[in-house]
Amino acid sequence: MSKEKQQVSRRQFLNYSLMGVGGFMAAGLLVSPIRMAIDPVLKKTAAGDYANAGISVDDITTEPQRVDWTIEQVDGWYQSKPSKTAWVYKDDNDEIVALSPICTHLGCVVSWEGNDQYPDQFFCPCHGGRYEKDGTNIPGTPPLAPLAVYEQKVENGILFLGNAISRKGA
Amino acid sequence: MLQKIYDWIDDRIDITPIWRDIADHEVPEHVNPAHNFSAFVYCFGGLTFFVVVIQILSGMFLTMYYVPDIENAWKSVYYLQSEVAHGQIVRGMHHWGASVVIVMLLLHTLRVFFQGAYKKPRELNWIVGVLIFFVMLGLGFTGYLLPWDNKAYFATQVGLEIAEQVPFIGTELKTLLAGDASIVGAQTLTRFFAIHVFFLPAALFALLAVHFILIRRQGISGPL
Repeated sequence: MSKEKQQVSRRQFLNYSLMGVGGFMAAGLLVSPIRMAIDPVLKKTAAGDYANAGISVDDITTEPQRVDWTIEQVDGWYQSKPSKTAWVYKDDNDEIVALSPICTHLGCVVSWEGNDQYPDQFFCPCHGGRYEKDGTNIPGTPPLAPLAVYEQKVENGILFLGNAISRKGA
Repeated sequence: MLQKIYDWIDDRIDITPIWRDIADHEVPEHVNPAHNFSAFVYCFGGLTFFVVVIQILSGMFLTMYYVPDIENAWKSVYYLQSEVAHGQIVRGMHHWGASVVIVMLLLHTLRVFFQGAYKKPRELNWIVGVLIFFVMLGLGFTGYLLPWDNKAYFATQVGLEIAEQVPFIGTELKTLLAGDASIVGAQTLTRFFAIHVFFLPAALFALLAVHFILIRRQGISGPL
């Protein structure tokens, strides 16, 4: 035997082999459980389905009004029909705006002119967060981002709403 | 009779050194409240462990009735609370004990901090202790959702939104915790249940073992 071949001793070779096999087995054992645990993160979110918001376009005014409708929600193995809420109005360009009522501060529910002191604003009762009519958060109040806007489309004069899209903070 | 059984076993597998190693050690004078009453501050670590044991035992029994399913979770809690004999007591132990653990843990931390007991060579044990603290907070956070009442639901909603604020990985972290990108629902409850009952306790046991082995190896810090 030459000296070069002695660089890895039998003991080391066995150690490495055992560690390699052991590591391979441990990895094999963990792959599926970990993939299973992170599945929700990797799952593609279904493209936004639009649901009938139950309001005719003709009934939408320049004054925000509360619209409630239900969606078909699939949560894993559990299907339900939760109700959704939006504040809907027509802006100055006659475009329909549908705002999510979820306060971007900590997730309470805002309402239009919810406080007599602040007319023409959305008001959150939890920590006094306020938003302009277009959903922009008012500086100095807790929220750091505008209200989310629902994806929307009009079919046969009826308003259909999809997912609420968050907007970046002002 | 018991002595005979013990001797029979000890004769064959020599268990005396095993329990001697665990239980037989000197308690220094300066940590003995019987000797100097102000030494009661040294009890908080042990009290934390004592309450943790209560939490584990009461939690084990709670799972005999609890189901982590959004249709039945609240009902099962209501049932064990109102129909099962002593159910109210066991859930009460788990509910109040959860707060007592945090209180004791903080008192223990304060003692270690103000006595400087975390200093060399005990820095590692301080780090392990902080990890135990995080695991405890995680247990509190995940356990809070399990009754599936309004308070639980919205507290989790808020907690998940806080997790979402983590830079870069916030959205993924929230989804990983909640089991769904936007819904706090069936998958969130099963996930929180698994984390509360299996994952975090496993981490807690490992960390506690390290915590105790280190304190036995290094001994309690000397008198002030």
